[in-house]
Amino acid sequence: MTTTETERATAPATYVGKPVDRVDGRAKVTGEARFAAEHHYPDLAHAALVHAAVARARITAIDTAAARAVPGVIDVLTHENAPAMKPPPKFSPLDLSTFVSATSVNYLATDEVHWNGQPVAVVVAETPEAARHAATLVRPVYQELPAVLDFAAEEPNAVPQKGNLLQESEADKGDAEAALKTAPVTVDLRFTTPPYHHNALEPHATTAVWDGDRLTVHEGTQNIAWLRKHLATRFGVPERGVRVLAPYVGGGFGGKAMVWAGTLLAVLAARAVGRPVRLALSRAAVYHTVGGRTPSTQRVALGADADGRLTAIVHTSVSRTGRIGGMPEPVTAATRHLYAAPNIHLRQHVVELDLLANTAMRAPGEAIGTFAIESAMDELAWELGLDPVELRLRNEPERNPVDGKRFSRRLLREAYALGAERFGWRDRDPRAGATRDGRWLVGMGVATAYHPTLMLPANVSVRLGADGRVVVRCGLQEMGMGAATVQAQIAADELGVPLESVRVEYGDSSLPDAPGAGGSVQTASIAGGVVAACDKLKRMVRRLGRGAPGTYAEILARAGRDHVTAEVKANMPVFMIRTLLERRRLVKAACGVHFCEVRVDRDTGEIRVSRWLGVFDVGRIVNAKTAASQLRGGIVMGLGMALSEETLVDPRTGRIMNPSLADYHVPVHADVPHIDVHYLDEPDPTMPLGLVGIGEVSIAGVAAAVANAVRHATGVRVLDLPITLDKVLPG
Amino acid sequence: MKPFAYLKPADVDEAVLAVAADPGARFLGGGTNLVDLMREGIERPATVVDLTALPLDEVHDLPGGGLRVGALVRNSALAADRRVAARYPMLAQAILAGASAQLRNMATVGGNLLQRTRCPYFYDRESACNKREPGAGCDAIGGFNRSHAVLGGSGSCIATHPSDMCVALAALDAVVEVRSVRGVRRIPIAEFHLPPGDTPHVETALAADELITAVELPPVPVAVRSRYRKVRDRASYAFALVSVAAALEVRDGVVTDVRLALGGVATTPWRAREAERLLLGGPANEEAYRRAAEAELAPAAVRPGNAFKTGLVRATVAATLRDLDLGEEIG
Repeated sequence: MTTTETERATAPATYVGKPVDRVDGRAKVTGEARFAAEHHYPDLAHAALVHAAVARARITAIDTAAARAVPGVIDVLTHENAPAMKPPPKFSPLDLSTFVSATSVNYLATDEVHWNGQPVAVVVAETPEAARHAATLVRPVYQELPAVLDFAAEEPNAVPQKGNLLQESEADKGDAEAALKTAPVTVDLRFTTPPYHHNALEPHATTAVWDGDRLTVHEGTQNIAWLRKHLATRFGVPERGVRVLAPYVGGGFGGKAMVWAGTLLAVLAARAVGRPVRLALSRAAVYHTVGGRTPSTQRVALGADADGRLTAIVHTSVSRTGRIGGMPEPVTAATRHLYAAPNIHLRQHVVELDLLANTAMRAPGEAIGTFAIESAMDELAWELGLDPVELRLRNEPERNPVDGKRFSRRLLREAYALGAERFGWRDRDPRAGATRDGRWLVGMGVATAYHPTLMLPANVSVRLGADGRVVVRCGLQEMGMGAATVQAQIAADELGVPLESVRVEYGDSSLPDAPGAGGSVQTASIAGGVVAACDKLKRMVRRLGRGAPGTYAEILARAGRDHVTAEVKANMPVFMIRTLLERRRLVKAACGVHFCEVRVDRDTGEIRVSRWLGVFDVGRIVNAKTAASQLRGGIVMGLGMALSEETLVDPRTGRIMNPSLADYHVPVHADVPHIDVHYLDEPDPTMPLGLVGIGEVSIAGVAAAVANAVRHATGVRVLDLPITLDKVLPG
Repeated sequence: MKPFAYLKPADVDEAVLAVAADPGARFLGGGTNLVDLMREGIERPATVVDLTALPLDEVHDLPGGGLRVGALVRNSALAADRRVAARYPMLAQAILAGASAQLRNMATVGGNLLQRTRCPYFYDRESACNKREPGAGCDAIGGFNRSHAVLGGSGSCIATHPSDMCVALAALDAVVEVRSVRGVRRIPIAEFHLPPGDTPHVETALAADELITAVELPPVPVAVRSRYRKVRDRASYAFALVSVAAALEVRDGVVTDVRLALGGVATTPWRAREAERLLLGGPANEEAYRRAAEAELAPAAVRPGNAFKTGLVRATVAATLRDLDLGEEIG
């Protein structure tokens, strides 16, 4: 990073850092914002999916007569009559867009059933009601095949998980098992976490419109550019003829990063019936066709000397994928970075089951991995009789623990100090079960949050008009986090113009390609492009002005120009090489600390979270309002993971038994306390404008903080999420 | 959803006649349960008879201090009725502990009595369920049964009755008034809901053509000091794991009157008569409360998923009676 850029990251700003209202707020509140299922076309038809009710089978026959007889039904597509799609491309590091193939199944091109819930037919009708009713009348006949479905039973047969260039799967330093044997103080615990689902407010929906070989798709996606490429590949049409529109996405959390069956089948159905088709999935259909988070079993063993200095860390995991695909979670990833120890042993294993492919869900790896390592650290503090904050400070590393790389920036000590002070941590009675308030047992817990920082190159254009108006064009995806708002703030500051004069065009594949919204990469990645484009624009204007003073408008007027446009283009190969070289010496992350207070009913074991404070070291903050909201959102999602959420997959059938918001218990308002969020606002010297992605870090550590508070309140260490009342019910 | 015919009769006679003439007809109150079940294809009525125009939406005083509640009184209106709050606090609390404000604004008293179980295997048409399809088997018994009954179940069904309101009605000895072309019938609440036995698809004593017109609450002096305590997996909008409707009168440390009913743990709203019998005339202390709950649980049959419920019943019964005796608020 050059001096100029370091200066830029710390320079006074007019808009960056301020709690600016989101640019799409009014449209969303008034209902003017139209989501993927809200685009109307003349002649629009509606589709509904028919799901397999067995885990593994061949379809020997499929009776569609009753469905076809329903008034309004236009067509019923099955593997016997559907137009062919090309098979999904296998992942290749040479073409990152192949990442979005969610499963290896070529829907409706095969008689094979690979999971309970797989779409085996699509009904297209004049109304959604007719389509859904007719879908219940399609009768597939199966020849069932043996299926492997029970994660708990298969877990011993797990095989080593493969790593990749950006994510090592294992680590060894010293001899951790030997060090454990000689450590004066040890803990050795086994944890389990259940499957979870994203439950974005907007269920997945696609509106697909063909015009010859040209295709327009309205889709709530986290990955506009890669979705376009995937659709072009699958349907054998030129990529330039495919347009993906996703200006508004009602939440994603990873569930809209890949291309799932509903999207493909809507496009396929539109082609088959020759009309625009909308396929809006029911909540249950989302559960049955879009993967969720893998369950895990984990072992964490820690050895320490009598002063609480770690001598050994062992963290191993087993997660699952589907036989037809899925993303192995880097469950032990955070443990590579959290604590100094001379001996470290990290391993990740995976089992393949006959279930739908799992997928990324907010902080894959860190969200569930930190539950185990941060619970184990807390238990070690109990063993040592040491304050858990002090234990963490004593083991805070100067260099990355597994390999000695430098940290680009790390302010966990400061975060702990500020959090402990603001939360009143020192006032707590350290004894378990000693603090009472009426019928409640009160406990406090603490845990560390960690998420790696990555960025990707973005294509951006910035247009300055003679009227002083600025248009930033970038195919970024706004799924609720305020992406367009923050880039407008950045452009306004870079150009020194009023925020009101900046418009960001986004959510459209006809705009310059942006990286997808995932891995917390989007804000910093696009900021890098916006800053570079603004620099270029300023140089262009300076050249036009030939050094004479004047406003942009005056300079453009003198030069007789209506507008000036600067474009920056991503050079992916160069960028990847730079990234990999940088990663050989540097570790970058967002991190933070959670403090919480829980109340446990002394009779019934009901758990209520009564206070929360998070302090985050997440680089420079662009928008104080949207950043705080996003950090809070991660904590709320973490509360669900900690206390009430669990996808119930029946191990006999592979069927998800709670595919609804009535039965899958996300937190309701009454479950969420006031959440106090602080950030240290210290720029990362290696990132554009000092920015670090904040979309995921705050869910990491939440479940451990809750578990640790429950341990303090009751004396009970819960190792299995979610922490339901039966696990702490007295006697 | 299967297409259906829709009628909206203007009076009770017309409604009763419509259903008498059409075995495939179902009454529609607030629709908060029936419409969900129709969407899932579990209820497939040929005709839906919308009752919301009928004049059955008032609460009247009965001589002697009871109340007569029209079958179409909305749940939120009943909970907000001052007479209910004063005479039967457990009933107001039970209603407010259920569903969400939006659902309570729609749901009717008659519909609440006829709520069907939320057993996930009942709701999933691909699973085996004797209640949905007699003779098909029960996937819940060997499957996920955390929410299921430990009392009143059979080898063919362990689905929990989901209502909160009905638990309070059971404790209060409510009487359900029903009408058909054959006339008026009064069914005590204890006989209204039927245990599954070998016929779990038969859930109530109501004949297919009978319309609930009112629920009568007798005077229950002890209910002035009563509570509904609901224990569940999140703070709101979840069905009970265990709930307790209790009324208690204690004089000189001795229980002189008591009402106790349980929800979330039984196939029907469960009046805890054995516990009441043991408590009455005995000491008002935590040990006695726990022993009484234990006795009520004597016939309990637990499964791996719901074994915790017996301990939770003991704890919740004891805590509710203790709080009532000490006059403590549930905070």
